[in-house]
Amino acid sequence: MSDTNANSTVAFVRHDTIPEREPPLGERGLIKWLRENLFSSVTNGVLTVLSLWAIYLILAASLPWLLNGIWDAPSIRDCRTILDGARGGCFAVLTERWNQLLFGFQYPSDQYWRPTLAFILLFVAFAPVMFYKLPRKLLIMTAVYPFLGYWLIWGGSIWVPVFAAGGFVAGYMVYRQFITRSFAIAFFGAIVGAFVFWWIADFITPVLANLIPIELEFVKSRQVGGFMLNMILGVVCLSLALPLGIILALGRQSSMPIIKWICVVFIEFVRGVPLITLLFVANVVLAYFLPPEANFDLVVRVIIMITLFAAAYIAEVIRGGLAALPTGQYEAADSLGLDYPQSMRLIILPQALKISIPGIVNVAVGLFKDTTLVSVISMFDLVGMIRGPILSSTDWNGVYWELFGFAALLFFIMCYGISQYSQWLERQLATDHR
Amino acid sequence: MSNTTDLPPQTSFKLSMLINDTRYRSLTFQFIALLGLCFFIAWLISNAVVNLENLGQDISYRFLGNPAGYDINQQPISFSSQDTHLRAAFVGVLNTLIVAFLGCITATILGVFAGVLRLSNNWVVSKLMAVYVEAFRNVPVLIWILIIFSIMTVSLPGPRSFRGDNATATMLFDAFAFTNRGVYVPAPVWGSGSLIVVLTFVLSVIAMIAYRRYATKVLYDTGRLLPTLWPSIAIFFLPTILMFFIMGRPIGLDYPELRGFNFQGGIQVRGSLIALWFALSLYTGAFIAENVRAGIMAISKGQTEAAGALGLRPNRIMNLVILPQALRIIIPPLISQYLNLTKNSSLAIAVGYMDVTGTLGGITLNQTGRAIEAVLLLMLFYLLISLGISAIMNVYNNAVKLKER
Repeated sequence: MSDTNANSTVAFVRHDTIPEREPPLGERGLIKWLRENLFSSVTNGVLTVLSLWAIYLILAASLPWLLNGIWDAPSIRDCRTILDGARGGCFAVLTERWNQLLFGFQYPSDQYWRPTLAFILLFVAFAPVMFYKLPRKLLIMTAVYPFLGYWLIWGGSIWVPVFAAGGFVAGYMVYRQFITRSFAIAFFGAIVGAFVFWWIADFITPVLANLIPIELEFVKSRQVGGFMLNMILGVVCLSLALPLGIILALGRQSSMPIIKWICVVFIEFVRGVPLITLLFVANVVLAYFLPPEANFDLVVRVIIMITLFAAAYIAEVIRGGLAALPTGQYEAADSLGLDYPQSMRLIILPQALKISIPGIVNVAVGLFKDTTLVSVISMFDLVGMIRGPILSSTDWNGVYWELFGFAALLFFIMCYGISQYSQWLERQLATDHR
Repeated sequence: MSNTTDLPPQTSFKLSMLINDTRYRSLTFQFIALLGLCFFIAWLISNAVVNLENLGQDISYRFLGNPAGYDINQQPISFSSQDTHLRAAFVGVLNTLIVAFLGCITATILGVFAGVLRLSNNWVVSKLMAVYVEAFRNVPVLIWILIIFSIMTVSLPGPRSFRGDNATATMLFDAFAFTNRGVYVPAPVWGSGSLIVVLTFVLSVIAMIAYRRYATKVLYDTGRLLPTLWPSIAIFFLPTILMFFIMGRPIGLDYPELRGFNFQGGIQVRGSLIALWFALSLYTGAFIAENVRAGIMAISKGQTEAAGALGLRPNRIMNLVILPQALRIIIPPLISQYLNLTKNSSLAIAVGYMDVTGTLGGITLNQTGRAIEAVLLLMLFYLLISLGISAIMNVYNNAVKLKER
């Protein structure tokens, strides 16, 4: 067999491989991509052409308006003079009314640094919660932030937020003292401790404020407005609604019928009515049901109602998380001899909350968007500012697209950012190895 | 050993057992919770009583019988300023239902299209749909309502532009006029005999549904495929058109016409209704698109492949295998989207569309000062709507859901 080659009748035997040829033109590069992704069938081709046409229409309408925009003019009439009949946006309204859009029209203009600083610190405070790889010591900032943020935005004597924080610290001390005995004792002890501290602080604060007067100019809630108000409402209401929502969800899952039904009725009632009606309640009804001497201002009443609203939605999300946990987890906690608070704190809630994160973020985005509804009860948030003082001023009467476009863009950036973060977090937390 | 019991020793009841004994502890807690709730409600009510007394007010619903004294710009039923507040509220309710109904239908159509197209393997189309979904999901619906409302009121020409030889605006097909006072569309005029045509139409719709059911039954019983598309279209259109001409064309159209300063005739669809309707549809449609996409993606690829291996064609795979399974996943979130749309329709107050929030919660409340009563009625209405929609959709959900054991 070894001489097969020599005696072979085959005329030609190739000993080396042919170099690879490039695939045909239709099967490579841009053309292949176009064919597979855009024109794979007649229907697809028609769809592609239609959508390209739609994109062209949108761009043709918006690009000249965007690129040809005027960024510096004192009023809409000057804008029109400068444009001289050409198509273009009058973005000068944004530069001229920038501070009003962000801070409202009543916030003292020499104090704008305060909300700006509070806004920047907000990210520092949220960072360790959002990114668990950051040093844990930053959590101190998170704990301090609510009081610091309050002081920066509303001002007044520094001792008010300091002693408010002191009350929480006192409560925590009591909690630490008693947590080994029983959760219930520790919890109620902490509440009592905090209130005792605040009761004492009530006498000390005015004295101390006179002795060591560290204070910022006091700003009334009525003076807070613009995008700042949306941010405040969103952040405050969400932070308050989260614990309340957890309590409601646990209550709804509870085996005690009366507690369960209280929670069910509350949740279903709040979820069944639109937020606007709850804002009406805050605006015109809630004052009837509060003590005559209590003088809550509108912002506080709105915060109460939006918090209740968000809590009901968060409760439903967390209930989903609780229900999704395998029963084995509950039984395992019981068999370890943990009592109800222990098993919830140590076993159930950490897992249930992890499953609920996407849902909670959805609620957070929805809540943040819904803060614009306060403009309906004549509060001057971003939308309220645009519809009220800015559009009705003689200088800028008729600048609709630029203003609403700006508001839409601002909300888009925030909400899209939050939802992208939640998707990232979901990937990070995915501990099931699929 | 056998005579020991698991029961605790029968000692007399001690007060400490209310806290320490698990048999009684839950009762204690519930009693405390109930007591706390009662005290809270009593506190609220006593506050209200004191406050009302200070203001010299009472709670009564008698104001509902008084003349409203204001006009409503969109009246599905006749209404004048002499009619009562109750009737004004009822007109508002109808307006809410109109916009919610229109919105749900268009949002579903938009959402299903966008959701399916976002999964398309056509790159441009899927990216375009992604942009649509993200743009509408991440911007407050109130801003969209205001944007579309300003398109309707600012960008569209006034009726005056339609006048004269060198008019700057023209009517579409000589039938539709898009003006800043609203959109004018032709109104149907019902002549004698039109009832028969309408009846024929209703009957042919029923016949079409019956035929499709029959075709499905034949398919399941014998495996024989009956043609459905063309017969359905024929049954849907032909009898009505035939009857229309037999009866001598009883249904005409009343075209809007420019007379005086405004358009006369036809139906005027107000800019506020269109803004609300479109904004709510586009906004909710984006959410529904995501639900639809999630529902379709949740069906495992094996289902498509198995159906393909059985020799089914792609559209049959979609209709017979994927969609029936995806629907089960899509419907529950779809229900809550419908509810959201209905609740969001209360934003009508921002553009002056007179829905129930605008009449009962807006003008009636401001005129009579009956805040508690008006807001309570308003909440009750929305609660009823919410419970109603979820009840109806739950019946449907139960009908299509997987029958397990």
